[in-house]
Formats: sequence, structure tokens, C-alpha cells
Amino acid sequence: MTLSFAILAGLTVGSAVAAMSLRNLVHCALGLVLTFAGLAGLYLQLNAEFVGFTQILVYVGAVAILIVFAILLTRGTEPANEPAAVSPWAGLPVAVLAFLAMAAAVLASPVDKRLAAPVPEVSVKTLGQKLMTDYVLPLEVLALLLTAAMLGAVIIAMKDKEDLQ
Amino acid sequence: MLGTGILKGMVETAKNFAGSYHDPERLTTVEYPEQRIAPKENARQFPMLIHDTEDPMKGLRCVACQICEKECPPQCIYIVKSKDKRADYKGQMQFYPATFDIDISVCMSCQICVEVCPFESIKMDTEFELSNTDRFGGLLIHKEQLAKSNEHYRKIHPADAAASDAVLAAEVAKAQAKAKADAEAKAAKAAAEAKAKADAAVAGPVPAPATSTAPQPTSPPAAPAA
Amino acid sequence: MAEVFQAIDQFPVTLKTWLLGHAAGVMPEWALPLLSAALSITPILAVFPLLFALTTVIERKGLGRIQNRRGPNRVGIPLTNIRLAGFGQFIADGIKSLTKEDIVPRSADKVVHFLAPIALLIPVLLTYSVLPFGRNMVPLDLPQTGLLFFFALGASTELSVFMAGWSSRNKYSLLGAMRAIAQMVSYEIPLILSALTVVMIAGTLSLSGIVESQAEVRFGFLHSWHLFTPWGLVGFFLFLTAAAAEANRTPFDLPEAESEIIAGYFTEYSGFKFAIFFLAEYLGLFAMCGLGITLFLGGWLPPFKFLGFIPSWCWFLGKLVALILLFIWLRGTLPRLRTDQLMGFAWKFLLPMTLINLFVAGLWHLSVTSVPMTVRWIGGFALLAIPYWLLGRGFEAQVGKREYRFAN
Repeated sequence: MTLSFAILAGLTVGSAVAAMSLRNLVHCALGLVLTFAGLAGLYLQLNAEFVGFTQILVYVGAVAILIVFAILLTRGTEPANEPAAVSPWAGLPVAVLAFLAMAAAVLASPVDKRLAAPVPEVSVKTLGQKLMTDYVLPLEVLALLLTAAMLGAVIIAMKDKEDLQ
Repeated sequence: MLGTGILKGMVETAKNFAGSYHDPERLTTVEYPEQRIAPKENARQFPMLIHDTEDPMKGLRCVACQICEKECPPQCIYIVKSKDKRADYKGQMQFYPATFDIDISVCMSCQICVEVCPFESIKMDTEFELSNTDRFGGLLIHKEQLAKSNEHYRKIHPADAAASDAVLAAEVAKAQAKAKADAEAKAAKAAAEAKAKADAAVAGPVPAPATSTAPQPTSPPAAPAA
Repeated sequence: MAEVFQAIDQFPVTLKTWLLGHAAGVMPEWALPLLSAALSITPILAVFPLLFALTTVIERKGLGRIQNRRGPNRVGIPLTNIRLAGFGQFIADGIKSLTKEDIVPRSADKVVHFLAPIALLIPVLLTYSVLPFGRNMVPLDLPQTGLLFFFALGASTELSVFMAGWSSRNKYSLLGAMRAIAQMVSYEIPLILSALTVVMIAGTLSLSGIVESQAEVRFGFLHSWHLFTPWGLVGFFLFLTAAAAEANRTPFDLPEAESEIIAGYFTEYSGFKFAIFFLAEYLGLFAMCGLGITLFLGGWLPPFKFLGFIPSWCWFLGKLVALILLFIWLRGTLPRLRTDQLMGFAWKFLLPMTLINLFVAGLWHLSVTSVPMTVRWIGGFALLAIPYWLLGRGFEAQVGKREYRFAN
């Protein structure tokens, strides 16, 4: 448990809590962005450079923008002032139960007793080669999914224009 | 093809850039206040009072008729007439302004005061560097500052000054002609009276009737030859 | 003689190692990496803001000359009468920005409003750490992911644009921010794809590795810059166009144009925060230019081998200044693109061209040994010029006679 891990973990968990509990929706979105950044820091700490920077590029650079645009285009600029519908204390026993179940499962597994495997020296080149040979099917399925999403967006946008005319 | 317009535009701007260093047409900036452009003949800023002689106060053409004060739309002219009179350019005795103030923060340079002045005494100046740190007093111009010589007027508005001079000269000529005609009429009248007196003096003493003491009722009119 | 030039070329590196050597005896063990990082950062923080300041003056004077007028030519050394042809203008601008009142709208979101300029400046300054400024002069050498680091931070700047626009509680700021984000997101794809072409050919994501891949000397004197290939030439111009759009630079400066939307997403900023936005925008432009130089123009390599005596960081700075002057020239020449024209240009022209460029680069690389040079060049150019002409025709066709629906 090094100092850098403690700081990054604290940042991630703290901003996740803020993202759940703040009143203003855009503040929540910004808290989520901090969580993503914290996760990227944790990846970098594990020497997974490529994944860490891709996390920033994709999540902070694209997904966060998407969330923010969704808030803007649907809720407008008014700050939300609604009180919470359900009392927060109702969820507390459920959360504690879930945490206890997961902690029991993790501690009972042999992950604690195994020796740490030597970290393979993975370069981006090997990542690329694996993507193109062993994992080419998931890659192509992802490409298909993204194309479908883009087509859907274009169709929705086109429909709006026809309505205007 | 896409991009040819951009390249043509870039060539044009490059020509502008390079030309601005040696071609005066491609750099038209006048670096005020070191260089100034001469104002045009019809330029106008704020009014001035014209004076004819060397002494600005004594030669002011203004006779404090207060027509410009009444006609000024934003009412920026303030005139106080003098108590005494002095001779104007025609020799007639006229009032003169003891106080003549124009508030140039109010004046809108509409030139109505110039148009209604019957004495060619208020005209438009081209001085514009009048900014002042005193917001109220500094922008109230008194007659000492307003008085500008006729030479200055001729320099800044040659055509208007020539027209104004012609009008004044015509006035003077008319006055002189009128004075001459009056003088001649007066002289003729005096001569006729003298002649009648002389005739009466000639015919009076020889017959001394008792009734001759009465003044002669009608003397025969002056002979046409006179 | 060669040793003298070598010494001048490497003097930042020798200075840093000398200082670190002296500090090793004085400072504790854990502080040495921090000191090393600080020594690497200091030249960047000294040079690039100064370059920004000079660029603002040169831009104003250059734009003035292009527009048939003089630029600022009065402000020289402060408190004296020495004019310096107006080059002290940035001092006056700096003092003005620092002493202006910092106005925050009453209904603005204060925390987000305060954080937005900082959230823009930090990623932009971080991007400078992976650019190779000279031989052995990369502040942070990431052998696996240098270019990815750059693009990840470039993508983070969009978030601060949104923060600025939203926290001002101003309709026009929000509109400008949305347009700016849409523009930046759309133009990231051609930017990354044109950079990807270089990565594919060089075989590495490390920026110093990409510069090294352009060091091969051909015909005895010509360094093989990526610019001197058909796909490199076209890729360079595509990269420049996308970089201009990313940096909100004319002709793509609709989100911040004064005559359109006052100042777009930084309308409600005044004083020092506006100065930070301005600084961050120009620094972002310099970083993009620096990346373009690294990818296509050979980084710190001279074009001809016999010019190698000029120090490498001189070459980098010289190329950077040349690109900045090109951007100033473009700003003075071109009118602004409308938002829909901008988006159409990105998706319908730049994206297909970058994909075709990628394909041509692949063909070029695969035919190194089998096909003679002239055939490769002519074939490469033809394969790029024909789609360019066809796609360009699609744009001109829309400029026809304008139809007024309600006037007839």
C-alpha cells in the first residue's frame, strides 16, 4: 500500500461518492470524470501505459462529453432542485449486505495465497498483434457495434430535420 | 478545384504584406498625431466669432442680436448684451456681447447659428483637439477663445470667407451709396433753402410795405435751373 | 569545429547533468527525480509563454500589414520613450490582463467557473512534455505510448471548454461551448488518423522514435522526412487543417469569433482568467504545430545533411516559427466557415481523405523494394489527387444560385 496508491484510491472513491450524492447533475458528471481520471492513474500505477492513456482518451475525452451533452440537451441549464424521493437510509443495509458478500467471496478465494506471477513485458506491438490474430473476432464485432451506433445517430438526426420541414 | 481559391487568396495577401513596406498605396495609415490629414473645406466642428481688426474684442462683428441664442436647438449659446454701444464696420452704433459662451459638450454642430446670423459674425471652425480634464468648465468656451480673425476664416474656408466678405462689402457699398444719396439729398435741400433765402433776401429790403414785416407766406419754389 | 557545434547543440542536456551532479551531493535521494523533472520543465515554461507573447505581437503586426495598415508600433520598453517598433505590446497586454477586475456573474457556478481555465491550461502544458525539442531533449520519453499521451491530453481539453461554457449561465456561452466541443470532437478523427499513418510507417508510438525513423539520409544529402513522400505531403496538410480546427483558429474559429458570438464560451471571463484561456489556446496551437513538425517535418532534423551544424533545437524552433507564420497568414486570408460547413468539411472531406491516405501509405511501404521510385511517386499522387478532386467537386456543387424561399 504505497502513498501514490492511497492517494489515487482515495481520489477515485471520493469522487465516485461525490458523483452519486451531489445535487447538481453537471457536478455529478464532473465527479464521474475525476473517477475516470483516478482509474487511469491506477492503470498507470500497474505499468499498463496503453490502457491508462486510452482510458483518458476514451472516457474523459469522449464518454464524459457524451454524458455532458446528454444532460445539456435534455435537462437544459436550470439547476436541479428536487429533493431526494427515497430516504437515503433505506439503501444502507442493502449496500452493507452486498459489500459483505463480495468481501467474503474475495477473501475465500485463493487470490491471497498465490504467488504474484511475473509481470509480462507487454509492448503495444504485442497488443496490436494479438488484436489482429487471436482477438480479431471481438475487434470486428466492436467495429460493427460502433457502426450501428453511428448509423442510429445519423438516422435520429435526419428524422429531426424532416420534422422541421 | 478545391484549394485554388485559398491559394489565390494567399498570393493576394502576400502581395499586400510585401507591398505595404514599399508601396504607399498598400499602406494607407496616417500616424496621428505625428502626421495629420488636412481637413476638407466643408469640415466643421464648433462655432467661432469672427473679428476684423487686430484687437479681437474691439473688432468682433457680433452685435448681440441674440438670434443665434434663440435659434440654437440644444440652447448651448448664452449671450449677455452690453450696456453701451460702439461703432460697427458700417459706422453705425451697435451693442456688443459682454458675455458670449458656447457649451461645446452640448453643441451638435448643426450650423443653424451660422445660417441665421444676419451679420456674418458667427462661423464654423475646424478645431477638434479640444479635450479637457475639466468636464464642465473646460468645455464652456468664452468669447475670448471664440474670437478668431478673418484671416483664419479665409484660410480654413476660402470659398465661404470670400462669399462672406462679398456680402459685407455689398453692405458697405449699399450703406455708402445710401449715405451718398442722403448727403446729396441733404445738400440739395440745403442749397435750395439757401437759394430761397438768397432770393428772399434780394427781393425783401426794396419794397418796404407795412405788410412786408410778415414773413413771406410762400416763396416761389426754387427755380428749376437751380 | 564540429565539437563546438556539438556542444552548442547539447548544451541544455550537459547543463542539466552538471546541475544534477552537483545536487546529488547536497539533496536527499528521493528529491533527485523531482529536481530532474523540474530542470526539464523550466525551459519549457520559460520559452513557450515568451513565444506566446511574441506571437501575439507578431500576429497583430502581421495581420495589420496584410490588411493595409500598421499593427501596434508604439509600445516599447515601459517607462521609457524607446519604441522598439511595438514589440513591448505584450508587456502592456499582460499588465492590463492582470490588473483588470475579475467579474464573475452572480448566478454563475463559482467552483466550476474558477476551475475551467485551470482545467484547460494543465493538459495543454502536459502535452509539451513528450515533444522532442532537440537531440536527446525529450522531457518525458515514453517509449511505448508517447503519441497516445499527447492525444489523450488533447481530448481532455474539451471538457474544460464545456465547463467554461456551462458555468457562465449564459445562453451564448453555452451555444459557443456546444459548437466548440462538436467541432473539436469531429476534427479529432482526421487528426488522429493522419497521425496514425505516420505511426504505421514508423512502427512506434514513441515520438523520439518517429523522429529517428526520419533520419535516414537519401541521395547523400536529403534526410527522409515524411513530408518528402506523397502520403506525407497530403497527410501533413490534413494534419494542419485538423490542428487548426482543434485550436479554434481561423477559418475554424466560429466558437470564439467576435462578430458572431462575442467570445463564445469565454464571454464571461475577464482579467487573469481570460488571459489564461488565451494563453492556453495559443499554447495548444504551438503543441499541435510541434507535433506536426515531429510527425512530418523531421522534428529536430535538418532537411539537408550539410546543414547539420545548426543546433537541433534551432531547427525545431525555426520550423515552429514558420508554421506559426503560416497560421497567421491563413488567418489574414480566409473567411470563417459556418458551423454546418465546418462539420461537413470534417466528415465528408477530411475523413475520407485520411482513410485514403492511410491506404496509400500502406501501398507505399509495401512497394519499397518491388517498384521504382518514380512509379511509386506518380502512383501515390494519382491515388491521392483523384479522390481529392472528386471530393472537392462535392463541395463546389453546393455553391449555386441561392434560392429565397419566401421572396418569390
